Amino acid sequence: MEFKIQNYQDTRSGFGAGLYEIGKLNPKVVALCADLIGSLKMDAFVKDFPERFFQTGISEANMIGMAAGLTIGGYIPFTGTFANFSTGRVYDQIRQSVAYSGKNVKICASHAGLTLGEDGATHQILEDIGMMKMLPGMTVIVPCDYNQTRAAVHAIAAFDGPVYLRFGRPKVPNFTSETEPLIIGKAQMLQEGTDVSIFATGHLVWKAIEAIQQLEKEGIHAELINIHTIKPLDNEAILRSVSKTKCVVTAEEHQRNGGLGDSIAQLLALNLPTPIEMVAVDDQFGQSGTPEELLGLYGLETADIIAAAKKAISRK
Amino acid sequence: MSEIKNLQRIASQVRRDIVRMVHACQSGHPGGSLGCTDYLTALYFHEMKIKPEVFEMDGVGEDLFFLSNGHISPVFYSILARRGYFDVSELGSFRKLHSRLQGHPTTHEGLPGVRMSSGSLGQGMSVAIGAAQAKKLNNDQSLVFVLMGDGEQQEGQVWEAAINAAGKNVDNLVAAIDFNGQQIDGPVSKVMPLGDLKAKYEAFGWIVYPLNGNDMQEVIDTLKLARKNAFQGKPQLLLLKTEMGQGVDFMVGTHKWHGAAPNDEQLRLALAQLEETLGDY
Repeated sequence: MEFKIQNYQDTRSGFGAGLYEIGKLNPKVVALCADLIGSLKMDAFVKDFPERFFQTGISEANMIGMAAGLTIGGYIPFTGTFANFSTGRVYDQIRQSVAYSGKNVKICASHAGLTLGEDGATHQILEDIGMMKMLPGMTVIVPCDYNQTRAAVHAIAAFDGPVYLRFGRPKVPNFTSETEPLIIGKAQMLQEGTDVSIFATGHLVWKAIEAIQQLEKEGIHAELINIHTIKPLDNEAILRSVSKTKCVVTAEEHQRNGGLGDSIAQLLALNLPTPIEMVAVDDQFGQSGTPEELLGLYGLETADIIAAAKKAISRK
Repeated sequence: MSEIKNLQRIASQVRRDIVRMVHACQSGHPGGSLGCTDYLTALYFHEMKIKPEVFEMDGVGEDLFFLSNGHISPVFYSILARRGYFDVSELGSFRKLHSRLQGHPTTHEGLPGVRMSSGSLGQGMSVAIGAAQAKKLNNDQSLVFVLMGDGEQQEGQVWEAAINAAGKNVDNLVAAIDFNGQQIDGPVSKVMPLGDLKAKYEAFGWIVYPLNGNDMQEVIDTLKLARKNAFQGKPQLLLLKTEMGQGVDFMVGTHKWHGAAPNDEQLRLALAQLEETLGDY
């Protein structure tokens, strides 16, 4: 299958574009931001819908609480800040005021993972997927490129319930269809194959595409599935693929503990024990560097996915 | 019967409910509940414009109340039941398995009258600000009330919210602090002194009304004043001087009854001091 790069864009800009579009479509959509309008690409929404925008200043806990309150009265709040401040800093507020209270809040988190780059470990959260997926009733979505992030915003606006939407800063290949909607909970088949199932999420989906193209040259037919919805996981698609290939690689810009690989390993352990290799950060904090340097250093590069695939196949 | 007398009779029954609920499950927080009974009675039976018979989460056109210090759930549940949100017989299920009356209030079990889960302190005012902003977007002229504890003022999020409410002119918000001076480990003044709360909130840009939160007349007069002064640019705060355990002599003024349940004999002694006015559940 051909994967055509339309352009290079940041997923956060996909968020900004989607937010503006749903703001136009639905007068019940409101947005909140904790002093990071430019970083979250919320400028267009702020400019055209000022009465539906709430600048909270640097007070993320208060922002999450306000978002919960805004649902009482029928609004659909989208909060925007960095992923670290969207999760770890406000975990208890999300747990009690949003998740346990069942409020229709969309927590939109940029600058997730190592690809934030030079700012270093304080800002490179690698634990957020784990924290969010543990909350009962929380939906967790990690789109892979600009178009898919934009589509995700439309999907979560139409979905009733709390959602965590994770995206990032660097410009990455934009290759998914501009018109394809994101269906929450439905994995996206990117390449059918028979030798190994690769389940990737977020920025590592493109790395996985590069990996399967290289593997194909070596005669290895890998299946690649984009898991944009970490929770609820598309169990059926995963089990169907693994039944065929009999070995698994997961790839994500997150700690191995609590991430996508962890969810898939649990699913397989309970239903279909299978050799699995995980491309993820191994219980470490990040550091300053360029996104590419960091992906290399922490073992999240194309070559790491290729090596993991070969190892998984050898364990069959 | 005068309005004050009527409200005091309701408060007496609510206090009976509180001690009976806490006694029945041998857990819960009677002290703060008894201290806030007069305020919540005045709110729900006098001041707030509400529709208890048809509870709707969005509460458009209704005044809203949020309990931030969720541990005083006994008084909240009794008030809601006595006001008609659900049957008073359900008070007997407090803190028991499969009850809608969880130890701390929650929307999770669908109890009518509850719009937000609370228990982990410091979160209620932020939620109330959001609800107040939703009312503004809806051109809804009703008010949003929130009650916090005094010990709760030690939480940082409270002050994030305090800055926001004043800075963004959330003038349809009426907050209150149950200033009973006690918290779990002892007097607030010893555990972590709060200084001059009135001056602090005023410095943040709030209108502050210090009052005796156990004087029904003063409470309803101050609430009336707050409604009059709403929509004039500033959030408002009622600083309720209350007695923890108010209404039961051996529970008054001590943190020992913050989270302790009376035994059979103590229940008898307490009920003897509280007139049964509306019929026990």
